[in-house]
Amino acid sequence: MSRLAELDAGEILRLIRNGDLSALEVLRDHLDRLEALDRPIHALLRVNPRAEEEARDQDREIRAGRAGPLAGLPLALKDNLLTEGLETTCASRILANFVPTRDATAVARLRAAGAVVLCKTNLDEFAMGSSTENSAFGPTRNPWDLERVPGGSSGGSAAAVAAGIAPVALGSDTGGSVRQPAAFCGVVGLKPTYGRVSRYGLVAFGSSLDQIGPITRSVADAARVLSSMAGTDPADSTSSSAPVDDYVGALEGGVRGLRVGLPNEYFGNGIAPEIAAAVRGAAARLEGEGARVEEVSLPHTRYAIPTYYLVATAEASSNLARYDGVRYGIRVDAAGRLGEMYRATRGAGFGDEVKRRILLGTFALSAGYHDAFYGKAQRVRALLRRDFAHVFERGVDLLLCPTTPTTAFRLGEKIADPLAMYLSDVCTATLNLAGLPAISVPLHLSSSGLPIAAQIAAPDFSEALLFRTGAVLERLFGRLAPPPSRSAGKLDPRHA
Amino acid sequence: MSVTSDEVLRIARLAQLDLDPETAPRLVDQLRAILDYVAALNELALGATDPAAGAGRGRQPLRADEPLPSLPRERALANAPDAAGGCFRVPRMIEE
Repeated sequence: MSRLAELDAGEILRLIRNGDLSALEVLRDHLDRLEALDRPIHALLRVNPRAEEEARDQDREIRAGRAGPLAGLPLALKDNLLTEGLETTCASRILANFVPTRDATAVARLRAAGAVVLCKTNLDEFAMGSSTENSAFGPTRNPWDLERVPGGSSGGSAAAVAAGIAPVALGSDTGGSVRQPAAFCGVVGLKPTYGRVSRYGLVAFGSSLDQIGPITRSVADAARVLSSMAGTDPADSTSSSAPVDDYVGALEGGVRGLRVGLPNEYFGNGIAPEIAAAVRGAAARLEGEGARVEEVSLPHTRYAIPTYYLVATAEASSNLARYDGVRYGIRVDAAGRLGEMYRATRGAGFGDEVKRRILLGTFALSAGYHDAFYGKAQRVRALLRRDFAHVFERGVDLLLCPTTPTTAFRLGEKIADPLAMYLSDVCTATLNLAGLPAISVPLHLSSSGLPIAAQIAAPDFSEALLFRTGAVLERLFGRLAPPPSRSAGKLDPRHA
Repeated sequence: MSVTSDEVLRIARLAQLDLDPETAPRLVDQLRAILDYVAALNELALGATDPAAGAGRGRQPLRADEPLPSLPRERALANAPDAAGGCFRVPRMIEE
């Protein structure tokens, strides 16, 4: 097997463009790696049986001089992104065997740019979770330490990129589900501005929060992937018509003169001191590159998680009403009447966390409780957005803070305590409530050998600023060396 | 706030969700803990704060109201657990 797993997508694309490797050779290398590496990690739910055919199509396009910017790039997709003709389950029993009739817009755009769909990746059922332990098909493990979670809900996508199974993956981020697993697995994860990427074909969880984002080995790769999938889409009325900036061109911009805010609420109680110190260290390095660093305050931050878990579950309870055993998915015919069929199908088809969230959301929206719970949460959401607006109005260009309060935790550590699990989104969910773009960039390993990341957040549609600053951090700290399982090429036999 | 198991069963009925009798008590405890936690929002004096409508900005555009080709019937039915005569088939819903 080759050294392709050590390269980022930009380098792989260059090898293909220069004729050093064909798209088919690159794909086969990844199919071999996946076969050799995935069993103990379980990042994947299925391989695309048409992947070789798609790679051959790309080789034809390249020979004909029609290569797109991502021609021949193998792509892993979180299994809540619709893929035409290829099963999409959201890691739920209720959607077992569901075969979409269309591609998600983001998937269609990456295919049009030349990407080859390699596989579908594991997730917490319907993207509800922070550890990928809530998958109906079994958990994914962190390639850095197989006893630990990869984060979630896009844990399969992050683990696949970290382990060298796929150079690039897509995830979805409702409360941190791209950034948190990227941080736990030592790779880059971007949540674009709400509306930057079409949500058409992303199976809905919290519609006012969900965004599709890339998980990559380098900041430049995130810029490349976003360039190919951003932009307005008539099929998603919440997609934005704001112009798509030159993200790749922005990478070399540097940070000289930028004002970087450190929100002090993100460095206090509940944040591991080693992570807080690492991010402060990163701020000092940015200062050395000419940025101006200052402390700022986002005073309503401590209300973000309660707000998030009311807004997200209310939206989820409504979105998941469509799984009723009629149009797709499984059906459990209990006693023959329609209502009983609905309840039996949903009772058998959904896992515990999904049920918990449907119940919480239904409660928050129900007569007598709506104003006290959902209504109040929407008003607090307005305050959270105002916190950010005040800081940016004062001339601060971007914010730097931790992505996660801890490094990757152990499997089973939080699964019985939903509240403890919810708190692992404490640094990320506020950005979804505010709709702002944010990127997680790995810094270095902790004293116990697990990745630590910094998160950069910026005003609406300022992704170019995130890439500029992320690229500087990446240059200062270097990309993380591959996790032990990847460089060894063989995993600990205890887990095989 | 103390949510009772009767209340959880009522909510489950609203959500069209059968709860396994063995897991119901645990769900009640967990929901109670979560609701206690989100009650932190009650500390805030919200005064005249308007609710956020969502993270989206500006007006949502409407397309022209013109018919476009839709999914062919056989493809729409392809994932159905039960279909007959070009329709989704469901259990009886009206009493005779």
